[in-house]
Amino acid sequence: MFLYNLRLALLSLKRDPVLTALMIGAVAIGIGMSTTTLAVYHSMSTNPIEYKNDQLYAVQLDSWGANQPYDTDGRPPTQVTYRDGQALMKAARAPHQNLSFVSSLTLTTDKPDMKPELLDIRVTYNDFFSMFDVPFEYGGPWGKDADQDAQQVVVLDQEMNEKLFGGANSVGKEILLDNRRFRIVGVLKKWAPSPKFYDLENDSFGDPEDAFIPFNLVTSMQLHSSGNNSCWGPPPPDVSFESYLNSECVWLQFWAELPTTAARDDYHQFLDNYVNDQKKLGRFPRPLDNRLHTVSEWLAYNHVVSKDSEALVGLSFMFLAVCMLNTIGLILAKFLRRSGEIGLRRAVGASKRVLFYQYLVETGVIGVSGGLLGILLGWLGLIGVRNLLQGSDHYARMDWTMIGVSLLLAILASMLAGLYPAWRVVRIPPAIYLKVQ
Amino acid sequence: MEIRPILSAMLRNKTGAILIALQIALTLAIVCNAVFIIHDRITQMARNSGMDVENMIVVSMSAYKPEYNADNAVKTDLDVLRGMPGVVDASYSQSIPLSGGGWSDSATDHADPHPKASTPMGVFHMDEHGLNTLGVKLVEGRDFSHEEVGYIDQDKYTTPKLAIVTKAFGEKVWPGQDALGKTFYEGTDGVTVIGVVDTMEGSWPHWPGFERNIIFPTVLEGSYFRILVRTLPGQRDAVLKQMEQKLTDAHTGNFVLHARPLTYYRDHTNSGDHAMTVMLSLVTALILGITALGIVGLASFSVRQRTRQIGTRRALGAKRGDIVRYFVTENWLITTMGVVLGSVFAVALNYWLVQLYDLPHIAWYYIPVGIVSLWVLGLLAVLGPALKAAAIPPAIATRNV
Repeated sequence: MFLYNLRLALLSLKRDPVLTALMIGAVAIGIGMSTTTLAVYHSMSTNPIEYKNDQLYAVQLDSWGANQPYDTDGRPPTQVTYRDGQALMKAARAPHQNLSFVSSLTLTTDKPDMKPELLDIRVTYNDFFSMFDVPFEYGGPWGKDADQDAQQVVVLDQEMNEKLFGGANSVGKEILLDNRRFRIVGVLKKWAPSPKFYDLENDSFGDPEDAFIPFNLVTSMQLHSSGNNSCWGPPPPDVSFESYLNSECVWLQFWAELPTTAARDDYHQFLDNYVNDQKKLGRFPRPLDNRLHTVSEWLAYNHVVSKDSEALVGLSFMFLAVCMLNTIGLILAKFLRRSGEIGLRRAVGASKRVLFYQYLVETGVIGVSGGLLGILLGWLGLIGVRNLLQGSDHYARMDWTMIGVSLLLAILASMLAGLYPAWRVVRIPPAIYLKVQ
Repeated sequence: MEIRPILSAMLRNKTGAILIALQIALTLAIVCNAVFIIHDRITQMARNSGMDVENMIVVSMSAYKPEYNADNAVKTDLDVLRGMPGVVDASYSQSIPLSGGGWSDSATDHADPHPKASTPMGVFHMDEHGLNTLGVKLVEGRDFSHEEVGYIDQDKYTTPKLAIVTKAFGEKVWPGQDALGKTFYEGTDGVTVIGVVDTMEGSWPHWPGFERNIIFPTVLEGSYFRILVRTLPGQRDAVLKQMEQKLTDAHTGNFVLHARPLTYYRDHTNSGDHAMTVMLSLVTALILGITALGIVGLASFSVRQRTRQIGTRRALGAKRGDIVRYFVTENWLITTMGVVLGSVFAVALNYWLVQLYDLPHIAWYYIPVGIVSLWVLGLLAVLGPALKAAAIPPAIATRNV
């Protein structure tokens, strides 16, 4: 029965090629447009570490000045000061916690054909790797002793290892960063969480850093953040690096891993106690406002999904509605034109159900072909977005979920579009249409 | 024209009319708002930067030799660049204009370590060639002299004593007064204004305060620094090509990290706006096309359905013009219903967009212009089927269809 209906549908569609093209084209363009915008929105709002979402917490402390808040809407700083970050690391009140920032160091090699190069380096404690489940190809993270003694060890990301050592196991070899020898202890597998949830201050959809080195090298190498650095407060007594580290400038990302809600509440209490103690020392002039955010809360807090993307999803669904109204109108007109034929078939005994099914198959054909064509258009649309929008390579992509969603959207939309015309047309009393018009 | 019979004919086939009217309503809402956003973005991208953006190059240099001497490096590189043919001028610059990243601080008109309200602004550090390199216009006071430029280690930074400011900065800190010769404060550090420049778009084109900028006569020495170069019109790319070799030959212990046209940074900053205008233009074009084709399709159907009626009317004495007028009027009625509803939709959609963005409300004239455009679109779309209807010979009425 289905095949028979399918054949009837194809025959009917072939009879009116221009109209059929118009209907399929309208569905395809509507689906293509909404698939493009929805795919961008979908991957921008992805949580790359969903499975650990309620264990990882971004920490905010309101260390800002008395007169005006950090953010115009009164929200606390999104990064922490060196003093507070180090104090929280020393206290070690969570099972795991991490303090880190991004810096730049010059890489030099003995290869004569390779120019010196400026690398993005994450300066971090070793818990970074276990907390964020960073996968290793060779070796592993450095140990606690390397953290304590500020040893010159480095973890390379996959791309950098490919570039320097052709992808071979380079553990134990050395590289020169700012003219200091660093021993390689680990090489990562390909790892590119998008959005880059652990540091949303500096390009949320950028690549992770090229290499990682122990945090305590900050003092001996006088490392600065190459990312966002915001300051308030009285000018330091002198311009030394020490007084910069002691200043109220915020430039570090602090995360705590808290496995249960009880642990989270305890940690919040600990933060409040810490800040109250600091208040006694004359710091933290603002009202107590410490916050813990899960990864997904943190992504939302930092508006990772661009507002343009939200607006485009809204507009493209209205656009899809116009395309569907257009198709409903055309299908309806087409079915009504066949009123005579329907009347005749009803008169000779075809039930409403049989006819309804037949017309629904016809609209289904329009929907599926429009949908498939729409996914193709959506895929082309995403290539267009990647070319238009710099830095969108990580998120202007379609995954299987999106392909499924858009196909479903196409079938659902065209079924809905076909439902009304099919229902309308089988309600026609046969007698009228057997008469001459 | 008799509207009554047209209306009653339309009421007998409500669905088709309602579908078209709804389509037109949504189209009006989308098109008005899309064009409004496009206009907003294009205006922002096309505004006068006050600088010679098209002819500028940004050179980023980084040190790698242990014996690297930061003191000489900037000066040597600047000398090399200024001596190149096709180069107008070159200056050290801590920030890149229009790049979306830079140095900001805030100022007050009196010394106060904890000011209650202060004016945020963009901060540039350049040498005495800065103004000429940027191509900004000095409207009052004077430029920096060679002796006034301080070369300091970037870890030993203190607020300089002199600055050149933009007019917009002066107007905000000292409303209604002349900024020249006045002193502003960053906390307790006083800075004297020695010159005022006209328009200069700062580092953050998307920040409402983008025009408020100050320039300090300072070169921050360190292992990483940037130089801005301005070339003669049309010679930018040629200079860019030779630059890297020239700087490498100078052997100052540092290397060219990258040398890129300033337009590269500007386009990067604007890439989101550019993408948005392209997407919205595409949406606008496609939706108008689809709506027009929808009108053509449905009008053709209604012509075919009424072939006998049309034939009868013609046989009873109706002229071709009457038939055309019938369909045009019918379409006009539907379009009008659509645009009335669409005006409400347009305002509602704009309300949502205003909530979403910091966008101003849509200007009122977008809606009447949109209404007229859709009237014209509807008219053009229906004209073809209407003319076809008028061509139906009266004899058809006597035949069976």
